[in-house]
Amino acid sequence: MQVVRPAVEWELASLLREAAERAMPLEIIGGGSKRAFGRSVQAAKAVVTSALRAISLYEPSELVMSALAGTLLADVERELSGKGQMLPFEPIDLGPVLGAETGLGTIGGVFATNLSGSRRVLAGAARDHLLGVRAINGRGEAFKSGGRVMKNVTGYDLARGLAGSWGTLAVMTEVTFKVQPKPETTATLVLIGLADEIASEVMCLAMGSPYEVSGAVHLHEPVVGRLWNATLRGAGGSVTAIRLENFAKFIAYRKERLGKLLGPYGEVHAVDEATSLAFWSELRQLSALQRQSTPLWRLSVTPTSGPKIVKAIAQHMQVEAVYDWSGGLIWLGVPSAADAGASDIRRVIAHHGGHATLVRAAPAVRAAIEVFQPLEPGIDRISRGLKAAFDPAGILNPGRMHASF
Amino acid sequence: MSSIALPEPDPTICANRNAIVAALRSLVGEAAVIADDDGRRAFETDALTAYRRMPLAVVLATSTADVAKVLRYCSGAGIKVVARGAGTSLSGGALPAEDAIVLAVAKMSRVLEIDTANRTATVEAGITNLAITGAVAPHGFFYAPDPSSQLACTIAGNLGMNSGGAHCLKYGVTVNNVLGFKIVLMDGEIIEVGGKHLDAPGYDLAGLIIGSEGQFGIITEVTVRILRAAEGARPMLMGFNSSKAAGACVSAIIGSGIIPVAIEYMDKPAIHVCDAFAKAGYPMDVEALLIVEVEGSEAEISALLERITAIARPFGPTVIRVSASEEESARIWKGRKSAFGAIGRISDYYCMDGTIPLGRLPEVLVKIGEICGRHGLKVANIFHAGDGNLHPLILYEANDAEQVRRAELAGAEVLTLCVEVGGCLTGEHGVGIEKRDLMRVQFSDTDLAVQMRIKTVFDPAWLLNPAKVFPLEGREAVLQAA
Repeated sequence: MQVVRPAVEWELASLLREAAERAMPLEIIGGGSKRAFGRSVQAAKAVVTSALRAISLYEPSELVMSALAGTLLADVERELSGKGQMLPFEPIDLGPVLGAETGLGTIGGVFATNLSGSRRVLAGAARDHLLGVRAINGRGEAFKSGGRVMKNVTGYDLARGLAGSWGTLAVMTEVTFKVQPKPETTATLVLIGLADEIASEVMCLAMGSPYEVSGAVHLHEPVVGRLWNATLRGAGGSVTAIRLENFAKFIAYRKERLGKLLGPYGEVHAVDEATSLAFWSELRQLSALQRQSTPLWRLSVTPTSGPKIVKAIAQHMQVEAVYDWSGGLIWLGVPSAADAGASDIRRVIAHHGGHATLVRAAPAVRAAIEVFQPLEPGIDRISRGLKAAFDPAGILNPGRMHASF
Repeated sequence: MSSIALPEPDPTICANRNAIVAALRSLVGEAAVIADDDGRRAFETDALTAYRRMPLAVVLATSTADVAKVLRYCSGAGIKVVARGAGTSLSGGALPAEDAIVLAVAKMSRVLEIDTANRTATVEAGITNLAITGAVAPHGFFYAPDPSSQLACTIAGNLGMNSGGAHCLKYGVTVNNVLGFKIVLMDGEIIEVGGKHLDAPGYDLAGLIIGSEGQFGIITEVTVRILRAAEGARPMLMGFNSSKAAGACVSAIIGSGIIPVAIEYMDKPAIHVCDAFAKAGYPMDVEALLIVEVEGSEAEISALLERITAIARPFGPTVIRVSASEEESARIWKGRKSAFGAIGRISDYYCMDGTIPLGRLPEVLVKIGEICGRHGLKVANIFHAGDGNLHPLILYEANDAEQVRRAELAGAEVLTLCVEVGGCLTGEHGVGIEKRDLMRVQFSDTDLAVQMRIKTVFDPAWLLNPAKVFPLEGREAVLQAA
């Protein structure tokens, strides 16, 4: 495969213009951390954004940063950390669960796939923090949308429209996003051995408290046994973890109040800060789901329906689950099968609401089934229209999300 | 004001008015269609009152099915449709046209479901912003975005304009607080975007549709994220002798790692007018006033306010006062939230809505003073300092055509200035008709073409709220060239 690495915006624009004229499909790649996710693109040429690499603006007192799309996420986070700030949506690194190395991800890739981690439940998703973009569409036109200020309703919100579009509408060249101060202290309350239904109640109760819970997860016992952190790995049952982040001065009070609130559900353990940080950090790369080749699904559901959905799926196959986002996001590991369990999983989801995406599976399986949730007819029609408006020749990552566009 | 061109109505449509009214009545019933002059006149403008147009007819929809029927009919008959919530748009977003019907959703105002475990509320789109908080408050929850018009404005309009408010610094704007909605497209198709789960499959249609100013479809039901209210909240006032000191103080607070729920800035003219109206107890002898609000438990609030006070000291505040009671807090906010009304009592005003990077505030305020001075007009400035959203209120006399003209000229210069310093034309009011012709200040023809093609995907014949958002001139050329 031919690989090109444009170093400036006009170079990328002329490349795409030329490809559009010849209707030549291109695979769009940032760091390549998620190439094994989704449907694979049949293209003779790949455009890699890695040469578009720089932090172009950082104003800590305005909580805003701009970076060229190929800038490594690690570089962005290092720069922010130097000023005591962070990406509030805590993007996860999907590379390792997909068999790639850690740390390959680019900031453009984070927004193109709308990658958010545990703090999403409090702070919002990647797309909620995207303020502006510069991008090249499939016609080779350079355009911008949004800006560098938090409030902006000037024209349509194309920045958000591009978030989560997996490089199928346009190639982002620069992203501008909102950042936040890092919390002074992190504390985690842990309950051990809760059944899913009870854990769901605990997480929802915590999220509905006034203590600004910034993470609510529940891990099935086999998953707990594979955690890297020894303290939690030895928990001896499922782990339900609730995170508080704030000024040190406030944490003790909030921990105590929240502990009381959750007390009726079981013994509430407080782990030390080092364990706490290590735990949330390994969750950011789905530590316990790595080094496997069995199918991994990502379910997005109404939080309280999570346990019902997992139970219903478990009637058809063996499952292990990591509930994140207070149960609204479920990472579901299932045994290998011809369709990776798709028909049963999607049938259950159709009954309860939500959607399912196949994250990890053998290439043949990913080629054979709809990896992303099949779209409702009305949504499908609009989505095709958008694809045609941005990329009429269909050159950008064709088939990456859905087989037919 | 009158300098914004509105397209000539289509005489064929206008001539056919009686038949159109009859057809609408047969679809949604006699009572739901307003066709008499007095009835229609109530809908001829929104909060940009200088512009008025009698609509062809007004449909007061009571169900999603009604909306679908009306849109399907209008689509077939080539009739334009202007969506309307409560008509509080400051940018003319709900301004009717003589050859368009107004489709109002304000009668659809029921709360359909409150789900505190999943922290969502599902409502009909005509419910007011404040009524959502009213419905969930007994459970200890609230809906975060709080535009100043929240008592009147509808959630439908909030989605249309992606409305903000004073408390967006911490909680984000409308798009960050909506999980899903039902929208009727121009051809009558009803689609559901998102739901009660946190992210929707496929492209981020919610992100695209929210803020599309009623040009993509009519939203009839909305599922919003509700949040548990903090244990308490308290504002403090800080007065400064210069805008520079106040602006630097805001930077220092945010740079320190504290994100207050709100940081509001008022300049001297705004302070005086608002205090006279609301008896808010603002200090009168300062050039700039900050209202900083924090949340948490009693002890947390005290600790945060102490910390903010210490951060502010080096910037030489002449007044620092923490609200001592619920009543005082309410008065402080009443002064700020009624700013537009208070200024409206003493003068006609033209409310601008630009955004700027915070660091440019002192320089921008000086230049705004110069611009308005050059046009012989006074100005008062209100600023959501935490998020860079500036509301200069240019005072003028509406009965004086020359002053009207100068106010519009000054306004355009102010917004151009905002774009030049790295900001944008509108932070939360939307483009509407008001800033339509300034869009090329911020966007290239390609930028606009990329946006306009999306409009065509949702509404191929451009029947929904058509004369808004994009400059009228060059629309055809831009679309064809693209």
